[in-house]
Amino acid sequence: MNMSEEKIWKALENVYDPEIPKLSLIDLGVVTDVIVESNDTATVTITPTFAGCPAIHYMQDAIKDSLREIGISKPEVRVSFEKPWNSNKISEKGRAILKESGFAPPPKHEGYIELSVLETVTCPFCGSTQTTLQTPFGPTLCRSIHYCNSCLQAFEQFKPLA
Amino acid sequence: MKTPHQLALKDLLFKMADDCLILGHRNSEWVGIGPMLEEDIAFASIAQDKLGHALALYTILHDHCEEPDADTLAFMRGEGSFRCCHFVEIPTQEYDFALVRHFLFDTADHLRFEMLTTSAFEPLAQLARKVKGEIAYHTMHANIFIRTVSNGSEEAKFRMQSAFNEAYPLALGIFEESPNEQELMENGIFGGERHLFELWLKTIQPIVHQAGLKIPSDAMPVFGGRKGYHTEHLTPLLEEMSEVFAQDPSAEW
Repeated sequence: MNMSEEKIWKALENVYDPEIPKLSLIDLGVVTDVIVESNDTATVTITPTFAGCPAIHYMQDAIKDSLREIGISKPEVRVSFEKPWNSNKISEKGRAILKESGFAPPPKHEGYIELSVLETVTCPFCGSTQTTLQTPFGPTLCRSIHYCNSCLQAFEQFKPLA
Repeated sequence: MKTPHQLALKDLLFKMADDCLILGHRNSEWVGIGPMLEEDIAFASIAQDKLGHALALYTILHDHCEEPDADTLAFMRGEGSFRCCHFVEIPTQEYDFALVRHFLFDTADHLRFEMLTTSAFEPLAQLARKVKGEIAYHTMHANIFIRTVSNGSEEAKFRMQSAFNEAYPLALGIFEESPNEQELMENGIFGGERHLFELWLKTIQPIVHQAGLKIPSDAMPVFGGRKGYHTEHLTPLLEEMSEVFAQDPSAEW
């Protein structure tokens, strides 16, 4: 059977973010290109959410494993900033999964982020907007910490990034 | 790839990467001892971003300028080949100095990457478009804290002004021109240190004013770092940073 790019995109739907295990790399928006060179050779290009993201090596290995599973014995994974990531690249499905996993999804932006956007985040637990930004820096580079004044719980947001 | 302005380009990439690597390490020294948990995490996150930017810049040097890989560039060079400014080398000392350095350096860093988004050297322009959004979080943090802390109490104001007086001449060293500055500007790679300095001054002035601080009027820039002359603090830092790597450079991590 001929290897198609479509088949690879499909396979990548089952490769997940190591920190948020239900969120696929496709829904996270970090896969930018897939090129099939022959039946057993293909190159996938990914771009990091943050340049210092330590998960990028894990993602490369996980993608290679998934390509080998569908018969691509010579998988290549490139890391590039040609098509840089920004938080608008998270799919609608991805945003729903974030919320399900207890993270506030990042608000959509127009190419820049203002502090006020971080101060009125919707609580992923109770839906209240009566929340306070605790710190824009959280347990990983892509998360900020907030507190909900309605349900009295701390929560994290997947940070908006322009 | 060999181009006529290779030297100028390498110089620019090395000074940017070295600044990020060294300041990243200095920022990481707050891990576990920050004045409050949020600041501990903030400095750790900013440190991680800086190391990420250093990695990306060293990777460009490796991919486009025939230099060794990022680990070798970061951990196997002597101080004479480093092009970082003295500002980033100075030991972390107290939180007031760390905060002022974070404010002055990251504002310059943000503006530099903004300028580079239109660089004629496409790999650098691509990186700049990516990381300027990340650094926006650093300057947002710095702008809030510099004002909040400075306006806290009389003692706080005094300490912040003292730290500012110490940091400012060092910060001017960020803008030390390279011998190939003209080459960069003529080829559309980078708009030049003088232009960056003017933008920087215009950007910090209102924040400094709102913080109730004063910019020292007689500051002499501390130069030398961009030419490979460093403070006595750099070599001990490089030795500490590369201690594990140097034990077995071929180890797989």
